[in-house]
Amino acid sequence: MANKISDETIEYVGILAKLELSGEEKENAKADMEKMLDYIDTLNELDTEGIEPMSHVFPVHNVFREDVVVNGDGSKDTLANAPLMKDNSFKVPKTIG
Amino acid sequence: MAKQYETVIGLEVHVELATKTKIFCSCSTEFGGAPNTHTCPVCTGMPGSLPVLNKQVVEYAMAIGLATNCDITQVCKFDRKNYFYPDNPQNYQISQLYLPIARNGYVEIEVGDLKKKVRIHEMHMEEDAGKLVHDEWDDTSLVDYNRSGVPLVEIVSEPDMRSADEVIAYLEKLRTIIQYLGASDCKLQEGSMRADVNLSVREVGTEKFGIRTEMKNLNSFKAIARAIEGERERQIELLEEGKEVIQETRRWDDNKESSYAMRSKEDAQDYRYFPEPDLVPIVISDEWIAKIKAQQPELRTEKLERYKKEFDIPQYDAEIITNSKHMADIFEATTAICKKPKKVSNWLMVETLRLLKDHDMEPEDIKFSPENLAKLIGLTEAGTVNSSVAKEVFEKIFAEDIDPEKYVEEHGLKTVNDEGALIEVLEKVIADHPQAVADYKGGKEKALGALVGQTMKAMKGKANPGMVNQKLKEMLKEC
Repeated sequence: MANKISDETIEYVGILAKLELSGEEKENAKADMEKMLDYIDTLNELDTEGIEPMSHVFPVHNVFREDVVVNGDGSKDTLANAPLMKDNSFKVPKTIG
Repeated sequence: MAKQYETVIGLEVHVELATKTKIFCSCSTEFGGAPNTHTCPVCTGMPGSLPVLNKQVVEYAMAIGLATNCDITQVCKFDRKNYFYPDNPQNYQISQLYLPIARNGYVEIEVGDLKKKVRIHEMHMEEDAGKLVHDEWDDTSLVDYNRSGVPLVEIVSEPDMRSADEVIAYLEKLRTIIQYLGASDCKLQEGSMRADVNLSVREVGTEKFGIRTEMKNLNSFKAIARAIEGERERQIELLEEGKEVIQETRRWDDNKESSYAMRSKEDAQDYRYFPEPDLVPIVISDEWIAKIKAQQPELRTEKLERYKKEFDIPQYDAEIITNSKHMADIFEATTAICKKPKKVSNWLMVETLRLLKDHDMEPEDIKFSPENLAKLIGLTEAGTVNSSVAKEVFEKIFAEDIDPEKYVEEHGLKTVNDEGALIEVLEKVIADHPQAVADYKGGKEKALGALVGQTMKAMKGKANPGMVNQKLKEMLKEC
């Protein structure tokens, strides 16, 4: 494998993904990510000079909606699967926003 | 000699657009609904739901871009910004990174004698997040997604500002432009306009920028000014002690007048931006731009010019009135009814501003109708009510938008112009206050005031003061 993921990188990615990994899980994740990066490297073999990056397969643009309220009170459906609920809101561990 | 420092400030301003529906779904954006009532599978990030862009969002964003001298990006698209937080149910925010809708603009500000341009780096469209309310009772957070998906534009300035005064002038300028366009009500207190302040300090004369911090949670102009002063001092102190400023996001606590670190700033790459696959690109034609330009309403500078020509009111008054689109609308509508621009301007400049200040309100909060102010002006002009009664009635109009004609009638507040009734009261007042009468006759002009006061009191404030004065003098001569 050409790419190497350092301990610092895996630690940092864990923080960003809000994941706590054990030592073994870290090693496995490192190996997986190295494989992914190698795979991306194969794509880099193509010459993309002067080619506009494409975000869509279909040549479609300007799909709009008019600014008209259609939806009514959706709280029942929205909260239907809430693991914890209070005052018509989702209840989650204390988070400072 | 102590080192001299310069403050360098750039702003990220978020503005909630005044659309009826959210950016990607047909849920209402109305403020203040019960939690989660304005939600659907799209704005709560349910699997399989697909966003469809609200056209009005693009048009408001174009209007703001054009009014701030930006270039409109004629092929633009959305990107995904990935991060995990309970206020963000999709685990990504749909925003614009690579091709934001507007770039390279500027607005002109004036601070004292200094005129300068504050450049706008870029402006992009994005969706707002939900709201977290801390529940003191069981130490948890409650999430309401009503705000999730409300359209925003974020306006990113260049680091062109050097003081709190310049920052406030820039924000006021943006606010006026956007309010005039009708693209947002821009209320800082309610969060429909929010500013994050990027601030660094450097020694005067240095070219290189210092390390900056970003400050959040600033919800009034006063808080912004205090936060800038506080952060400048904190950074200078660090540098003087030979320490380094750390690039981080800080949260301002206006009650404590100090800030604390929230998190070290994530780099753009940490958000793993990529083109939003659920939305197609937006292609903006020259014709579309021309149409938005043609629809652009009269902006403040033009309005000021017109007021000078059309209405004979002082420049200062015109500036204050046009500073708020809402106030200017009331001024024009009232003037159109009563044809007395000077009187209308006086009511707005004196009593309205006083009441706004007393109630800690913004001009946008004015609720009374032009019809009722015009009626009140009619009543005073006709001499039906005197000025002190008019002020009292105006407070009622300001608070409850009452009909002044009915109110005056029902409460018997009409000025008494009946000479017979006045003479009766005056006779009694003169008889009851021999000392004051003697004082006046002895040359004490001031004693007249006391007698006028007693008369007004006896007539419950409804007498015509000019008439009282005149009659009283006549009668005192005779007795």
